[in-house]
Amino acid sequence: MRFPLFLNSEVILLSEVPLLKLENIGKEYYGNRVLSNVSFSLMRGEILGLVGENGAGKSTLMNILFGMPVIGATGGYEGKVIFNGKPVHFTSPTQALAAGIGMVHQEFSLIPGFTATENIQLNREVLNPSLLEYIFSHRMSTLDRDAMRARADTAIRTLGVDISPDMVVAEMPVGYKQFIEIAREIDREQTRLLFLDEPTAVLTETEAEILLKALKKLAESGIAIVFISHRLNEVKELCDRIVVLRDGEVIQEADAKTATVREIASWMVGRAVSEKTEEKPQKSHVIHDETALKVEHLWVDMPGETVRDVSFEVKKGEIFGIGGLAGHGKLGIPNGIMGLSPAGGNVELFGRRIPLNKPRRALDRKMAFVSEDRRGVGLLLDERIDWNITFTAMQVQGRFLRGIPGILQLRDDEAMRKETESLIKLLDIKCTGPAQHAGELSGGNQQKVCLAKAFVLQPDLLLVSEPTRGIDVGAKTLVLDALREYNEGHGTTIIVTSSELEELRSVCDRIAIVGEGRIAGVLPAQRPAEDFGLLMMGQMPHDEMEATA
Amino acid sequence: MIKNFIENAGWPRVIIGLFLLGLFIAAPFVGVRVDTSLSDTLVRFGMNAVMVLAMIPMVQSGCGLNFGLPLGIIAGLLGATLSIELNEKILSWCGQYVNAAAWGAPLSFASAIVMALPIAAVLGFFYGKLLNRVKGDEMMIATYVGFSSVAFMCIAWLLLPYHNPTMIWGYAGAGLRTTISVDGYWFHVLSDFLAFTPFGLDHLYVPTGMILFFAFMAFLVWVFMRSKTGTAMTAVGSNPEFARASGVNVDRMRVISVMLSTMLGAVGILVYEQSFGFIQLYMGPFYMALPAVASILLGGASVNKASILNVAVGTFLFQGILTMTPSVINSVLQTDMSEVIRLIVSNGMILYALTRKVRVKR
Repeated sequence: MRFPLFLNSEVILLSEVPLLKLENIGKEYYGNRVLSNVSFSLMRGEILGLVGENGAGKSTLMNILFGMPVIGATGGYEGKVIFNGKPVHFTSPTQALAAGIGMVHQEFSLIPGFTATENIQLNREVLNPSLLEYIFSHRMSTLDRDAMRARADTAIRTLGVDISPDMVVAEMPVGYKQFIEIAREIDREQTRLLFLDEPTAVLTETEAEILLKALKKLAESGIAIVFISHRLNEVKELCDRIVVLRDGEVIQEADAKTATVREIASWMVGRAVSEKTEEKPQKSHVIHDETALKVEHLWVDMPGETVRDVSFEVKKGEIFGIGGLAGHGKLGIPNGIMGLSPAGGNVELFGRRIPLNKPRRALDRKMAFVSEDRRGVGLLLDERIDWNITFTAMQVQGRFLRGIPGILQLRDDEAMRKETESLIKLLDIKCTGPAQHAGELSGGNQQKVCLAKAFVLQPDLLLVSEPTRGIDVGAKTLVLDALREYNEGHGTTIIVTSSELEELRSVCDRIAIVGEGRIAGVLPAQRPAEDFGLLMMGQMPHDEMEATA
Repeated sequence: MIKNFIENAGWPRVIIGLFLLGLFIAAPFVGVRVDTSLSDTLVRFGMNAVMVLAMIPMVQSGCGLNFGLPLGIIAGLLGATLSIELNEKILSWCGQYVNAAAWGAPLSFASAIVMALPIAAVLGFFYGKLLNRVKGDEMMIATYVGFSSVAFMCIAWLLLPYHNPTMIWGYAGAGLRTTISVDGYWFHVLSDFLAFTPFGLDHLYVPTGMILFFAFMAFLVWVFMRSKTGTAMTAVGSNPEFARASGVNVDRMRVISVMLSTMLGAVGILVYEQSFGFIQLYMGPFYMALPAVASILLGGASVNKASILNVAVGTFLFQGILTMTPSVINSVLQTDMSEVIRLIVSNGMILYALTRKVRVKR
């Protein structure tokens, strides 16, 4: 099961042309543009750092290059991929593998019950020749365990670590698993391009150093590497060149040797937009001295978004932002406060304590929540828009009912319809009317329905999670404007949680950056974007932050 | 326009409807009376409709189809047997207020319902608690609940201390018989209310009272589903996470829905028995869930959405097929194929509908 070796000699002949060349790659998901005009090239043996915020389009780009079926299923992509001098269009990962592209995923794709050797050699096992092979197929051959073990051992040693090839993956620490995954890719003889998606995220510092060293060695042997990471120091140390993606576009291509970490951070979070923000007229809303929400030592057990120990205060009338990278716990904060995820700590609204873990009690205190999981939590997809908008108010506040309270109260369809129609007009929801099912709306309009649901509750405190996730640019502006207008019109305190820093900077007064379940710092929104970027990377010097607070 | 109608009604209903119509048209040519067949269909519709209605609350709350209907039926059977056992006491007590001689049958039937409901409520409560522990596998567990409760009651019917000689085994003097006649108690108490034979057709008997009773029960369900609790229940079925985030106690809603379904099942079997004329114990309730499930699915309900229209249409079509296939097809083929066709149609419908399960579009 080896590929003929002449493939390798071909590479050497072509070494002067770029190994990988991308020309104007673009991609849309359900009318939502995630990549546009991405072009860059990669030479043999070069290490390219690909950086960008969550949702900048890195994963989509990887999926395109690796031929993941999801791309084809959602309408393919635009532009040209030229690999090894020939235009290619992979429709399955098998084709990409055969062409010599290896990928190490963020999630481990290893079989827990198999040993390191078996995982590394899976489907490429060294076989013993046997008679059955001629009669049936090589599927009938037995495995040459010794040869397999030797090969696996070589691959592991190339990485500069000492892991027994006989160790079962399930018993390995996460760092080891990461190494095994990389070993599997380099064991493929034809691998000429290797994608690593945040390989150091789960590694300890020493392990990360070993890995970086190993990657450099690999590059010297001629393998090109695309390295994706949020740790900018590593990117700078390891890579030759850096490509910065933002909102699906290549923002900057820079030499890793000359670019500073600060510069990279500012490219990532978007300097261009921040200038626009500063031109914006002073916010006209009133911030009172009174504290609306006080959070002390909050912990939230939300899968993938664990909050460890968070304390902050929000003033009445303020728009408070919570930012940070995905998985660091910023989404856990509103979910914990609203009682949707198991939580502990002290949360006070206007001086009165709010019992946690009880959504009803939070709603009773006039708090409203727009969930980040629009389709999972935010909407009744199979029900009418007016149901979606008025349901919570009906259940919690007993509105939209008629009849005799306590004896028999029926839905007041007329009142529901009227309220819904006025909100459809107010938020400009594009639909056929209050009777349309929420599942039939586009992402942006669904988000507006979620906002309408919260507005109907007439909340004192509005928590909004990822208000613009998965919706296009035009709808983004509308949604953010709606939030700002509501704040100005009603004096409502709003907490916005978002992974898009620019969005937070454009609507918020102050922004808290969450890192690893704790507040890394709270800064006024007017601070330059790179300060937030550095805070996000956990690199803001502590004294500097204190000075600004 | 036709295309629109088909789309709204759904292909299965159009096909079954046309098949049923074809059977009615073919009937006179093979010597089957249309008026008798129509009458049979109406009677069967009235007998079964309330039990089909018992599917609605559980479907709407996301507990799936009520395969545990036998549990409700058992509550109804207990109510029925108790009303016969205590018939004299009940009537003499009621005699203080009304003319018990004139109102004997309705009072006795009402007492059966009154006694069945609390039993059904209690059984339904525990059944609901159980279903809350097996979210996602409700229908499987419900089937077992139904079957095992029937098996348990097989023992209980023998041991319960009933004494009325019309109900117990003559030779032993203890234990209830498998089949008990309600004649002399509340036989046809609903069916004969305002019953008539239109157009002078002696064979076209319309059980008005029974159909009115179904309409009344359907109205109650309709009103309930429009109440605050009913709305919350529908939301729980549609998206439990949404309901939870809106401050609704999801588990409580589910228990309430299961209790309602069980209580409707109890009333349903009483309606069935007064028309049928017999109380069937022991293995009687064993297969009662399947026709009810098939009916509502045939009516266009899915595993998590059902309406009263689904119940009415589905019960009529299913019972129509059930009435017509044996007589017509047998006359045509000269062999007894009816049971086979019936099984294919009813079970085929269940299969078809289960594949129609509404998926959340991502």
